[in-house]
Amino acid sequence: MSRETITAGFIPLLDAAIMVVAREQGFADEEGLELALVRETSWANIRDRLAIGHFQVAHMLAPMPIAFNLGLTPLPAPTIVPMALGLGGNAVTVSGELWRNLEAEGASADLDPRSAGEALRRVVARRRSAGRPLLRFAVVHPHSGHNYELRYWMAACGIDPDVEIDMVIVPPPLMADALENGSIDGFCVGEPWNTAAVKAGHGRILTAKAAIWRSSPEKVLGVSAGWGEARPDTLAALLRAMYRAAQWCADAGNRSDLAAMLAEPGYVGRPSEWMLPALSGDLQIAGDAVTRVEDFFLPFAKAATFPWKSHALWFYSQMARWGQVEHTPAHLATASGTYRPDLYRLALKPLGAALPGANAKVEGALRTATPVGSAGASLTLGPDGFFDESLFDPDQIDAYIAAQAR
Amino acid sequence: MPPTPLAILVLDENHIRSSIIEAGLREAGHDNVTILHDVEGIARKVAEINPDVIVIDLENPNRDMLENMFQFTRAVRRPIAMFVDRSDQAAIEAAVDAGVSAYVVDGLRQERVKPIVDMAVSRFNAFSRLSRELEEARSELEGRKVIDRAKGILMRSRGISEEEAYALLRKTAMNQNRKIAEVAQSLVMSADLLAPGDRHEP
Repeated sequence: MSRETITAGFIPLLDAAIMVVAREQGFADEEGLELALVRETSWANIRDRLAIGHFQVAHMLAPMPIAFNLGLTPLPAPTIVPMALGLGGNAVTVSGELWRNLEAEGASADLDPRSAGEALRRVVARRRSAGRPLLRFAVVHPHSGHNYELRYWMAACGIDPDVEIDMVIVPPPLMADALENGSIDGFCVGEPWNTAAVKAGHGRILTAKAAIWRSSPEKVLGVSAGWGEARPDTLAALLRAMYRAAQWCADAGNRSDLAAMLAEPGYVGRPSEWMLPALSGDLQIAGDAVTRVEDFFLPFAKAATFPWKSHALWFYSQMARWGQVEHTPAHLATASGTYRPDLYRLALKPLGAALPGANAKVEGALRTATPVGSAGASLTLGPDGFFDESLFDPDQIDAYIAAQAR
Repeated sequence: MPPTPLAILVLDENHIRSSIIEAGLREAGHDNVTILHDVEGIARKVAEINPDVIVIDLENPNRDMLENMFQFTRAVRRPIAMFVDRSDQAAIEAAVDAGVSAYVVDGLRQERVKPIVDMAVSRFNAFSRLSRELEEARSELEGRKVIDRAKGILMRSRGISEEEAYALLRKTAMNQNRKIAEVAQSLVMSADLLAPGDRHEP
């Protein structure tokens, strides 16, 4: 059998783990694939190099491929999503000064998004009446889970992020420095960059993605639509390799090996101790204080690699909410069509993988871990709730978008 | 009436490369060229310059921030939403291969922009070639130094002349199908390892 080469782009982040393990632990090799990994410096570079064929697949922010297909980016790169790269993994970190203000306004130290958000609303109001400048928060990209979950959290706590907060874009490795030199007051980023700011003594983790929206999507495997169509068997082989890699990542016995692997200069290139909090869920939130966050980052359990259409549609609803795209039936269809659970099922059925019975779910409906019907191995989903206990029913998306419109 | 001169912004951390680009733009008759090396206060500067064309190196880690600023904020009066010409796949490939990205305001005619982007691409390529040649020249120089050291070691240890030492190195390299500098490097390394200062007698 001839070996096929796939070139994949990635950004140095902990959640590139599944891709890294697919190569380093030989899962791609077992499928007859030579998986070449190329580290990139920006998501824009990932997009451009996928568009012109340098990359066939890439580590991507989950909303990015939807934005590409909706024509929201300078260079069109038709992209499909046949697999997710895990759930959760981000946190919101603030400067020491902002934390002291939040604490004085009643923010609890246990990462509870409600008390933190309400304290933030009071700090924002105090600053306004004192004539002080807007607080500045950074996210990594306009089409990112970070941007949408941070805005969702603020809005649900009565803060208008477009008017009352100065939102800026900063690349992940520069977040801790930006916090230190005072050019931002807080940020939402993936690991290990929250841990980096805490270890440097510049930041305090205020809340986590998993607390704002439990079991929520973060990164995906973006696949060039043209390549995926032309090479369905190669793509299926890659999905099998990545599924096995995800399983390997979830095994607690592999944790220190995984941390060491990601720490390599060619991957994240930072100390392996920085990788451990996200992998164990025991976050170092400030100084030596450690707080456990359930389901902080899930690489495999709870169908963590399944590309739910309801995830794609929630991101789309937020693009509409924040004025990035107009909500029309055609745009809705494009967003929904970007995620391809059909390709996931086709590739992974032969492995006896846990396959959910549906392609979409009502997000926030599962208040506890719930066994669900599966066409393969047994499957437990949830809890998957938003912190404000609201529901997102993809069949009622018009009403959801209308209710959020300002 | 000639068209209004284009305002061009070049954002490149590499000072030498950006000078090469700037020189090229000025030769082509563009006088309104601004070069920035970092993103300090970039939003204000972009608002002042109000560029028609922005050239950025692909290695810039702030590319996502810059792209967001061009597209979604009011820093640029006319939205910048183009990466060369969308229909011109070959031009896009050439630009990405060269490591350059270009943003152009909407509505600017392609024939005015294309020469600028083409020039940036060819200068980026020329710069890469130059860097490679410099790197080669540097390793060449280092190779010569290491060969001199190896010759000295052989002359001392075997009591032979400089010509004989060089001939010995060359013969060994030919026999082992290696470069003379590589053979010299191994010899210098093993001589360093066996240097009297490092020898521990029992």
